[in-house]
Amino acid sequence: MKILVPVKRVIDYNVKPRVKSDGSGVDLANVKMSINPFDEIAVEEAIRIKEAGKATEIVVVSIGPAKAQDVLRSALAMGADRAILVETDADLEPLAVAKILKAIALEVAPDLVILGKQAIDDDSNQTGQMLAALLARPQGTFASKVDIDGGHVVVTREVDGGLETIRLTLPAIVTTDLRLNEPRYASLPNIMKAKKKPLEVRALADCGVDATPRLKVLRVTEPPVRAGGVKVADVDALVAILKEVGVA
Amino acid sequence: MPSIIDRDEMVYDVVIVGGGPAGLAASIRLKQLDPDISVCLLEKGSEIGAHILSGAVIDPRALDELLPDWRESDCPLIAVPVAENLHWYLTAKASYTLPHALMPPLMSNDGNFTCSLGSLCRWLAEKAEALGVEIFAGFPAAEVLYDAAGAVIGVQTGDMGVDHNGLPKADFQPGMNLKADYTLFCEGARGHLTKRVKARFDLEAECQPQVYGLGIKELWDIDPARHMKGRVIHTQGWPLNESGTWGGGFLYHQANNQVALGLVTALDYANPYVYPFEEFQRWKQHPAIRAVLEGGRRVAYGARVINEGGWQSVPQLSFPGGVLAGCSAGFVNVPRIKGTHTAMKSGMLAAEAVLRAIRSGRKQDRLVEYDRSVRSSWISLELQLVQNAQPLVTKWNDKLGTCLAGADMWLRTLFGFGLSRPMQHRSDASRLERGKKHRPIAYPRPDGAISFDRLTSVSYSFTNHEEDQPVHLRLRDCKVPIDLNLAVYAGPEERYCPAGVYEFVGQGEGAVGLQINAQNCLHCKTCDIKDPSQNIEWVCPEGGGGPNYPNM
Ligand SMILES: Cc1cc2nc3c(=O)[nH]c(=O)nc-3n(C[C@H](O)[C@H](O)[C@H](O)COP(=O)(O)OP(=O)(O)OC[C@H]3O[C@@H](n4cnc5c(N)ncnc54)[C@H](O)[C@@H]3O)c2cc1C
Ligand code: SF4
Repeated sequence: MKILVPVKRVIDYNVKPRVKSDGSGVDLANVKMSINPFDEIAVEEAIRIKEAGKATEIVVVSIGPAKAQDVLRSALAMGADRAILVETDADLEPLAVAKILKAIALEVAPDLVILGKQAIDDDSNQTGQMLAALLARPQGTFASKVDIDGGHVVVTREVDGGLETIRLTLPAIVTTDLRLNEPRYASLPNIMKAKKKPLEVRALADCGVDATPRLKVLRVTEPPVRAGGVKVADVDALVAILKEVGVA
Repeated sequence: MPSIIDRDEMVYDVVIVGGGPAGLAASIRLKQLDPDISVCLLEKGSEIGAHILSGAVIDPRALDELLPDWRESDCPLIAVPVAENLHWYLTAKASYTLPHALMPPLMSNDGNFTCSLGSLCRWLAEKAEALGVEIFAGFPAAEVLYDAAGAVIGVQTGDMGVDHNGLPKADFQPGMNLKADYTLFCEGARGHLTKRVKARFDLEAECQPQVYGLGIKELWDIDPARHMKGRVIHTQGWPLNESGTWGGGFLYHQANNQVALGLVTALDYANPYVYPFEEFQRWKQHPAIRAVLEGGRRVAYGARVINEGGWQSVPQLSFPGGVLAGCSAGFVNVPRIKGTHTAMKSGMLAAEAVLRAIRSGRKQDRLVEYDRSVRSSWISLELQLVQNAQPLVTKWNDKLGTCLAGADMWLRTLFGFGLSRPMQHRSDASRLERGKKHRPIAYPRPDGAISFDRLTSVSYSFTNHEEDQPVHLRLRDCKVPIDLNLAVYAGPEERYCPAGVYEFVGQGEGAVGLQINAQNCLHCKTCDIKDPSQNIEWVCPEGGGGPNYPNM
């Protein structure tokens, strides 16, 4: 069984995003970039399935700039077997990404595609679902548990108010939620070995996919700054203020 | 922790600890001289540049020697040549420009550039990797490895996945032994392994103790109308002179309408109530500084110590199996606050010495010729000219000290001798006086626009540490913080730490304990230096932890 794991290079989760002064987007100059945390969980899950003897090969794919090779190398260092970079400097929308992934999936022919439920930069939460639709395959989104059971995958999903367990026929699409697993550290010896694993770079144009944007970003703004609190002298003063603002 | 851990091992020709200007320049030089030599460089930050904090106005002298065509490349240094160089003496309300004619020529910034040192390091790292240097970021060198005869034979990287009690977690990854013919220590100011090899090989036997300043820095986007690209300003006097402390401010107008600004507080201060973070906030409120920042927004915050001992604090540089380069040794030109060019040059000299030795079949011995080549290079000439500047200011303080320092530098420039012989230092820790001798200092509250509180500031350093790990700020004796520091020295750690890591908290019934918020640590190393009884030892936390500076 083969597993395909798409990974995205995004602004690091420790970094406070800053909107460019012209409001056209988030300033990424000199900003630390890393593998999207949900994708890292996806890679970890794929490796666990392989370690359990239920998969034979893990292919990771990224769509992005040349620097996205770094996130592919991290995934290889964790334990993926080979990597593909579809190189482009364009900022792609989920539909375009899903179409490119479809082309890759048709070529790699995975039994399971595991994606992050969303990327922490634009929080779209669409790619996995769109890919499932384009490939006409069953999907198990927001997975907090994944079990391979013969020709099926049993996915426990985090849904409003509880957990839902579903059983999908392979090949299928799964998207990961935060609680699925805790990704491992890539050890230094594995990072050294990962430098020698195959990483194929191809141009976006070679995928035969129309990636023209269909959405237009009008403006990006920072959330309003929270006004500072005030200290009140005693309970009476507090009640007075609450009355003033109409809460009590 | 399992008592016997099975560790992987790799053997390189050279292992370099630290990916700052010194380590990167050394790695590039090695590969330029011999493309076949194997070089491994370890960096504790999550990526190259993540732990680099500097001004910086950079003298390109060493870069010209290392990569002579850098001006024709995409090197970030090229963007902003210094266009205007100002020295201000500040009083609480006013600023006076010091005339340039009085300044010794070595203080000029003509031909220098202002840029983020973090960005320059990332660029250098790309060059190094293209030459085949193996760079591993997120992997600190945690221990030095010695052979039976006591020579350094490499380093061990830190273990990952150890819990707060020191026990392995499910994701435990043992550190790896990296062995080398020669190991270069390029950890920057107050490196924790450097400290150990200095002690083990008694490298400071014949020099003065190293002394330090704490630099607290911010990066701001400012109103384009107030931005004067290439203008660099240094300040002296207020606010530090009010507490008898010395130091100085800097404000550099860099690319993209940004200014880098900071205040360096010398850590030899006596008054335990001095609060470097708050001094920096006060300094920003000076009318002359405030005028630049108004209407702008802060982008980043951070802190790092800088060596201030000068030439007389440079230790023996070589020992069996290893050498010190850059700020691990301490080649900062203190009045110019510049150590980047000397760090790079020393890295290059180390590389040259290492290569010659390896070629002649030597390994893991002492490279005395590196000591000699540094002492006969322009590093030594440049640092000797300014060697009394810092001690004169410390001794005579502020105005008189500055005049004497100027006179000393002029004499050395013109006639080759100074006012006195190399002056002496005392360690910063030993300078702290009892709380009783001083009165607490009242600092103004932050206004949230120009000045801020400490915890909000730390969030702008993008610092992160895995929470469940051993505390990396080790107390030799856990009673000292309360019985000595709080009782006698008014708890100075609560103030000198720029990240608020140390907090004295009530534990009920009048008892007080020291709480160590290690996750906030900026790796500045101040506590390892200033604790009055040297009770705090900074050790490396889990790899990748610490600040994630964008371009500091
Ligand atoms: C506030 C301030 C302003 C300054 N302004 C200027 C200026 O304007 N111009 C100028 O030329 N100089 C300036 N300096 C000085 C300059 O920054 C230093 O001299 C220079 O950075 C020294 O280079 P280095 O390579 O020796 O050390 P560093 O730049 O400190 O780099 C050391 C690197 O090693 C890493 N490291 C440390 N220990 C380990 C370990 N055990 N394992 C793995 N990695 C490790 C660190 O994370 C760091 O990345 C300033 C310094 C400060 C603090
Ligand atoms: S704990 Fe020590 S090294 Fe860390 S930020 Fe505070 S003073 Fe600096």
